[in-house]
Amino acid sequence: MGAPPFTAGSPRRWGDRIFSNLAVGAAVTILALLAGVALFLLIEALPAASAGADRLPEGKSLVDYIAPLAFGTVLAATIAVLIAVPLAVAAALFISHIAPRRIVLALGYLVDLLAAVPSIVYGLWGIFVLGPAAVPVLEWLEAKLGFIPFFAGPASSTGRTMLVAGLVLAVMILPIVSAVAREVFSQTPRQLQEGALALGATRWEMIRMTVLPFGKSSIVSGAMLGLGRALGETMAVTIILSVSGIVTFNLISQANPSTIAANIALDFPESSGLAVNTLIASGLVLFAITLVTNLAARAIIARQNVQ
Amino acid sequence: MSPSRWLAVIASLAVIAVGVAACGSSSSSSGELSGQIAGAGSSAQEAAQEAWIANFESENSGVTISYDPVGSGGGREQFVAGGTAYGGSDAALEEEEGELAGAMKRCKPGELIQIPDYISPIAVIYNLQGVESLRLDPETLAKIFNQEITSWDDAAIAKDNPGVELPSTRITPVNRSDESGTTENFVDYLSKVAPSIWTYPVDGNWPVKGGEAAQGTSGVVEAVGAGDGAIGYADESQAGELGIAKIKVGSEYVEPTAEAAAKILEESPEDKEISQGKYVFAYELDRKTESSGTYPIVLVSYLMACTKYGSADEAAIVKAYLDYVISAEGQQAAEENAGSAPLSEALREQIEPAVEAIESGS
Repeated sequence: MGAPPFTAGSPRRWGDRIFSNLAVGAAVTILALLAGVALFLLIEALPAASAGADRLPEGKSLVDYIAPLAFGTVLAATIAVLIAVPLAVAAALFISHIAPRRIVLALGYLVDLLAAVPSIVYGLWGIFVLGPAAVPVLEWLEAKLGFIPFFAGPASSTGRTMLVAGLVLAVMILPIVSAVAREVFSQTPRQLQEGALALGATRWEMIRMTVLPFGKSSIVSGAMLGLGRALGETMAVTIILSVSGIVTFNLISQANPSTIAANIALDFPESSGLAVNTLIASGLVLFAITLVTNLAARAIIARQNVQ
Repeated sequence: MSPSRWLAVIASLAVIAVGVAACGSSSSSSGELSGQIAGAGSSAQEAAQEAWIANFESENSGVTISYDPVGSGGGREQFVAGGTAYGGSDAALEEEEGELAGAMKRCKPGELIQIPDYISPIAVIYNLQGVESLRLDPETLAKIFNQEITSWDDAAIAKDNPGVELPSTRITPVNRSDESGTTENFVDYLSKVAPSIWTYPVDGNWPVKGGEAAQGTSGVVEAVGAGDGAIGYADESQAGELGIAKIKVGSEYVEPTAEAAAKILEESPEDKEISQGKYVFAYELDRKTESSGTYPIVLVSYLMACTKYGSADEAAIVKAYLDYVISAEGQQAAEENAGSAPLSEALREQIEPAVEAIESGS
């Protein structure tokens, strides 16, 4: 055998140098883009932050204007994640461990295909199909579970409510969560799985003792990725949700809080001057919420990896 | 981008393609006109502008006109900034926001032109099983939309509809969730005719919390169609199969028709505060009119332009285009394609001098 190709003292090869520069360049570009966006948001939001309430849209202070929107954004995304994560994990488990080998590939493609549907199509599906179909369910929820504040009603007669918007968002983020979880589930070490089975575990016990603990961090990171998408989702929510600018936990009535992204889409076309700055300020808040969410996800994953 | 915006992009591309094709085929039969101008603004005018542009370009093969339906606010902003040759706006330029002064400055050394070019009746649409025709008086309408009246068999509604069997269905009032000129005009109407009931500020954003809200005219029409007991407001031309309420004016109940809508402008005084320049027209709509056959819930949209432009070509195109827009044929094209109400002859005589004032250099 000859000398190892790379040693500390040897002159670098051209190819290495070019590749390393390209990689560094790409990383720096991404950081610069992020910083540029943050800077743009800050600069454009500043006039709205320094203006008095009487000059802002609806005559409210900036905080009063954005708070209900931030609330709606987080509420819709939370509903979506609560619904999507159990479903996505179950689907991932089915594909990685339960489904017959012949259909595994096709199933995986099908789930991934959900991510390829444009969000506007989900929006249209929401108002034309899911919304009207949900009306009897919403009425049932009001009648039977009306004592829970979430279902206080009165039930919407068109189905364009926070619950339906959350459901559509859940379908939209399902493929992301599922894909991340599936990848990791299928990498669970064979010895662990076979060991569990050899010790007499049933298939469910094996999954609970080996696959799920192994894939825990991937579930969390998948959920966070999904949360990020749900927080920023614009078009579907814009079309579906009947917004009213209020703060309520009532998920089935026609009066719902709007979300930051949907509100920007709705109000930007007819806005000018300070109203635009106000919308951009709300965008800055969304940026911050998403950033914090992602940082929290990183922290959770990092801590689990240490254990 | 909203779906309607995409459609607009595609439509304008198609228009441009048609224009380019026309350029290639005919060797300028009618015109010395050649060049291109851009406009932007009110999305309410979108369908009308498309029809005008298509017709105008087929008459003047060397000309390309584009209209970007960014919304009235964006249209005013771009016009004042000098980015567009003409603009469309659902509200007259106002002193308050400095836009009127800005627009006048933009047109220096020429003068600012602002003329009404598009009048659209706003219909009160409803969806109530078993009720074919519905009559409402303004105060009842205001109470329905501020959620004081919540059931269709309310005595106030029954009073205006003798002989109609009203169900006890819950009323779902539907409003626009996006800021719009339609909302602003509807709210303006309510605040004028029922000031003691409708105490909210007049604005493009719907002021009452808790109603059903939908995006765009199509969204409102869809929501009203989907919910039994729903009532909303939308451009009359978009109402489709839905029921349209007759509104009480004076002692009769009036339907939104083109003639009834056009009549309101004839009866409305010019808003002297805004109509400062010689060619700046703005109308304070007389919503409280009691004159027979007038429908007071209308949206009036304006065109903004200048009397002088940088190049004679540009001025000539703007002049010819505006001339066509307010002409009888232009207004008829808009009526066919957008369901708007044509400008009356009397009104056209009033605003014609403004278009004539554009110095085309020829």
